[in-house]
Amino acid sequence: MGSTEPLLTVRDLSVSITVPAGILAAVRSVSFTLDRGETLGIVGESGCGKSMMSMAIMGLLPPHVAVRAETLRFEGMDLLGLPERRMADLRGDRMAMIFQEPMTALNPLLTIGEQLTETYRRHRTAGRREAREKALHLLDRVGIASPERRLGQYPHQLSGGLRQRVMIAMALMCDPDLIIADEPTTALDVTIQAQILALLAELQRESGAAMIFVSHDLGVISRVADKVSVMYAGSEVEGGSTAQVFGAPAHPYTQGLFRCLPNSGLVARGAPLGSIPGVVPSLIGQVSGCMFRPRCALARDACLEAIPTAVVGDGHRARCVAVAAASATATAPQLEVSAP
Amino acid sequence: MTTAYTIQDVAGPSPRTLMWRRITGHVGLMIGLAGLAVVVAVALLAPWLAPHDPYTQDLSRRLVPPVWAEAGSWQNILGTDALGRDYLSRLLYGARVSLLIGFFAALGSGLIGTTLGLLAGYFGGRVDSVVTFLVSARLALPVVLVALAVVSLFGGSLTVVIVVLSLLLWDRFAVVVRSATKQVRANDYIKAARAVGCSTSRILLREVLPNLVSTLAVVGSLEVAHAILLESALSFLGLGVQPPTPSWGLMVAEGKGMIFFDARLVAIPGAAIALLVLCINLIGDGFQDVVAPQGGS
Repeated sequence: MGSTEPLLTVRDLSVSITVPAGILAAVRSVSFTLDRGETLGIVGESGCGKSMMSMAIMGLLPPHVAVRAETLRFEGMDLLGLPERRMADLRGDRMAMIFQEPMTALNPLLTIGEQLTETYRRHRTAGRREAREKALHLLDRVGIASPERRLGQYPHQLSGGLRQRVMIAMALMCDPDLIIADEPTTALDVTIQAQILALLAELQRESGAAMIFVSHDLGVISRVADKVSVMYAGSEVEGGSTAQVFGAPAHPYTQGLFRCLPNSGLVARGAPLGSIPGVVPSLIGQVSGCMFRPRCALARDACLEAIPTAVVGDGHRARCVAVAAASATATAPQLEVSAP
Repeated sequence: MTTAYTIQDVAGPSPRTLMWRRITGHVGLMIGLAGLAVVVAVALLAPWLAPHDPYTQDLSRRLVPPVWAEAGSWQNILGTDALGRDYLSRLLYGARVSLLIGFFAALGSGLIGTTLGLLAGYFGGRVDSVVTFLVSARLALPVVLVALAVVSLFGGSLTVVIVVLSLLLWDRFAVVVRSATKQVRANDYIKAARAVGCSTSRILLREVLPNLVSTLAVVGSLEVAHAILLESALSFLGLGVQPPTPSWGLMVAEGKGMIFFDARLVAIPGAAIALLVLCINLIGDGFQDVVAPQGGS
């Protein structure tokens, strides 16, 4: 493989689950690439397939969940073709995951030290002392005071913010190339959230690892991500660099999301905040056309057909008929999304 | 480093001290433990405590009444049985059989039940269906009848009784461990363990099993009591431990013919069984209270 190949290549990744009512397509042909040092932010509301996608990349989904992709390559390896043993060797070593709930993601019966060194000794032929040194160093690195004492403590003796720091240290134990952070700050209060975000960004810059940052919080994403992928009902509706997507959101859904923020610039001062009418559609069964159609003010007949991907700018893309039509006539997309 | 983050630890007694306080503060648990300790001590020290050999018959001294009866003497504190054997000595030695069978049958059934329950709870799906079927099949078997049939086929001995009870008493372990495993499995730290590359066996043994210890201790103590009762029942029916080995169930059986003439022959071993089972049940209940998060009554 040439040196030009990205660290992670995902092309047409789909995840589907067979449920009694039919087949639930949780993720529908999502594609992206990620290089070392880059952070991809994935935004979307609950149930849009964000977590499913990250679990699929880690190979953590149970066997009854079908994961398909045209390409799912990580460091030149085809992840879907790897046997479970090899996948387990990669997990925690080359790719690590930070979970949403620091309160439940640590085993209450093992000390912090045991949980940290376990990862390291699983993947490295390292002795107890070396693993301990590494754990101490990382605890210090993530800003935990008196790390020696913390190593002997149990998770219930730590606050939520401290636990999330431990989780981050745990993910970094083997210097992974890819960190998947699945809503790592959602369970924390706002001040701690800011500290953790700053820490994550700093550590990532330092280690040069790639990061996939999953969140439903646009503000959080704007702070950490280099590029953004907005997901709706399992598919990416808009993607591009953070500046592009946040500066000029093209897709009606993304615009709707920004209208829900008080200081996005899309809502006049004093005017009521926007909301997107309707609910996320059921993901069960075959669907054609745009999934956002029932909630979109710009819906038209063409939305029932296959949706083109409109290129709005360099690398900035939106899957929307209206945007495609607008960019075809070479006018800047001026969309009207009604705010109630 | 951009942020310094310190919290002051609240100084307090260590979890171990707290646990110890809760154990010693639980009256039922302490009574049960004391009672069990007495029985264990008696079983271990039987050769030194027993005033006579439990097997020596003396037909000239048959059915000697106990010391509190008019004709009783301190030579045979609890009197003698129909074959002139010292009743106290037989009672002391009988504790060994009850404890051995109770402990090892619970251990054997615990191993079987825990393994099945862990696998069913963790993997779910087809494995779960198979285990659930096995549990239903096991529950459909009447324990005493099957034990009787097997023991009469293979002959009654300590080993046979332990094996048979192990193969019959695992259902409660399996059911409880299965549901507890399902709960533990749903926790993020299991997912996190997988995310750092832990193998399934490692997750089961290191992440799941330690979380089940308190549950297992409670079920285990109840099953010990269950096994002791079943051994007594089997011995009473003549298909458990074979004479002349002293066993409390066997002593009740041997005394039942005399029940209208000398009730002590039935009452004393019967009371011993009842007290031992009561103590073990007290321990099981007490332990349940103590380990429960809001426990301690």
